Amino acid sequence: MTKIKIATEWLESCAGCHMSLLDIDERILELLKYVEITSSPLTDLKHPPEEGVDVGILSGGIGNSDQEKKAKEMRKKCKILVALGDCAVFGGICNLRNFFPKEEVLNRGFVETESTSKGKIPKSEVLGELTDQVSGVNKVVKVDVYIPGCPPSADSIYYALTELVNGRIPVLEGDLLHYD
Amino acid sequence: MGKKLVIEPITRIEGHAKVTIHIDDEGNVEKSYFHVNQFRGFEKFCEGRLYFEMPQITQRICGICPVSHHLASAKACDEIIGVEIPKTAKMLRELMHMGQFIQSHSLHFFHLASPDLLLGFDADPAIRNVFGIINKKPELALMAVKLRKFGQEIIEILGRKKIHPIFAVPGGVNGALSIKGRDKILGEVDYIIKSIKKAIEIIKDWIGSNKELVENFASFKSGYMGLVKDGALEIYDGDVRLVDKEGNILEEFNGSDYLNYVAEHVEDWTYLKFPYYKKMGYPEGCYRVGPLGRMNVCEKISTPLANEELKKFKVINNGKPVEASIYYHYTRLIEDLYAAEKTKELLEDPDILSKDIRAESDKITGEGVGVIEAPRGTLFHHYKTDENGVIKRVNLIVATGHNNWAMSKSVDMVAKQFISGKEISEGLLNRVEAAIRCYDPCLSCSTHALGQMPLYIEIHSSNGEIIDVIKRDLK
Ligand code: SF4
Repeated sequence: MTKIKIATEWLESCAGCHMSLLDIDERILELLKYVEITSSPLTDLKHPPEEGVDVGILSGGIGNSDQEKKAKEMRKKCKILVALGDCAVFGGICNLRNFFPKEEVLNRGFVETESTSKGKIPKSEVLGELTDQVSGVNKVVKVDVYIPGCPPSADSIYYALTELVNGRIPVLEGDLLHYD
Repeated sequence: MGKKLVIEPITRIEGHAKVTIHIDDEGNVEKSYFHVNQFRGFEKFCEGRLYFEMPQITQRICGICPVSHHLASAKACDEIIGVEIPKTAKMLRELMHMGQFIQSHSLHFFHLASPDLLLGFDADPAIRNVFGIINKKPELALMAVKLRKFGQEIIEILGRKKIHPIFAVPGGVNGALSIKGRDKILGEVDYIIKSIKKAIEIIKDWIGSNKELVENFASFKSGYMGLVKDGALEIYDGDVRLVDKEGNILEEFNGSDYLNYVAEHVEDWTYLKFPYYKKMGYPEGCYRVGPLGRMNVCEKISTPLANEELKKFKVINNGKPVEASIYYHYTRLIEDLYAAEKTKELLEDPDILSKDIRAESDKITGEGVGVIEAPRGTLFHHYKTDENGVIKRVNLIVATGHNNWAMSKSVDMVAKQFISGKEISEGLLNRVEAAIRCYDPCLSCSTHALGQMPLYIEIHSSNGEIIDVIKRDLK
């Protein structure tokens, strides 16, 4: 059996969704028989391979211009795109930023905070620019599979991956489907 | 013509960062930068929330060390309602924190750092990762999985979830520990202690056979910061100790007074601020935190096995602070051992089962500071509220932030040591990333303020033009 290729990336996220993937614990050994992990924050490949992957997994929402680019790159390179976790599904906790203009948010972070001395808002061509609003990834790319939860449980993730390995689109039900 | 190398994203770290390395006409490294490219804005968007929501909201800053934010936040909330929490509540919070240290430190050593050490800096990047370790050293990988699982299970037994638990509340915790839960953890702890001792042997062997590299890899003088209690290592509650580069104590203060001692500097080219010791100014007052920082500030550890190991560590530089960044890996495992021993100690105390777990209060003091040692260093949460407990101001100084200057310096030193413009191999660039990995940065944490961090290397000409971008895709 040829292994299915997976690439993963985290965007406006806390890394918790990727950690929940690791929480499948020993089952990772089983999974690796059927799955090849290509690019991912946990490996040293920086971008999905040119020839593409079967499954692309995005955790985290869209909060800056770099993340938008990354989501689009993943969409281009994968057949099935999975939005992993509440942030990727609908923006999650980061949506709280949408109640404030981004200038105020930056100002609080880099100028006003009590411990900041002679602050200024960082600005450089190497830094991504904040989007006006935070959103789920489906605002910029088409999503095929949604796995909500903050984070989704390891069981939900394992179930979804085994379904994908078997060529099925996972349908989460019962305990496996939860928002936080 | 000079050039600029870009490494992006930096992998096997938490969050998104990139490195730019500026190279002059002769092919020598002029200057390198560590850019953190994410900012989410917690300091602003928590305004208007009720104080008791904060332990749930702020743990979403980080999925690797949510418990540290959860607890620092709860400690700030204890002050907001003006209570001392019951003894058992404190013990249970500490227990959860030990679980956090064990899972986070084990994850870092095995899943993130060990591929460089056990497979080699120059190993094929396609296999230089934890899955490569699983293939090459399955027994070791299984041990790593069990260590992480043990820590995560402690968190789950107490807080119902492994990541983003629901446990600490203002005044204490929301559930007692059952006998069944205690016995489950106790049943496994000896195996965990044994496993961590094995890991310590692995890192010591590696250091022993790579002496020269270790001593010359991002080794520099700095101050150090960490919590202590009576001079001993402390990770839940103690005074903040700051030592100078010779190890002399500069300050020992109550965390609530942090604004008198710590200030933060801002640069244009990164979303991560640079904390420093206020009286010395920036950058002279920069210091290091995290495992190496804590081992350099404390005199002893309260648990026997970890204390034995600390004594051996102190010999390395004859009692003076140990300076080379690779020692972060060693000290991280000494703390891992402490956390496992402390877990056992806490569980063997019958008070851990008491149901007196919450202090009530109908007061709102309007302000609270929570300070804790997160796995990556000292963490400050500072809130102000109105008389109804609505959050008005939030200030956060996050563990990884304190190490920003040190990481930038390490990147610059290692780039200068290994890279010259003529021939740049992937393995050499990986050494630059490995310098950052020593610090186990948590970039989502450090940029709680906004966004995301990819890591890359650009080649710039001496007039600033980008002439090449080095990517490390295989195909
Ligand atoms: S959904 Fe939750 S766990 Fe996942 S990235 Fe967002 S905040 Fe973190």
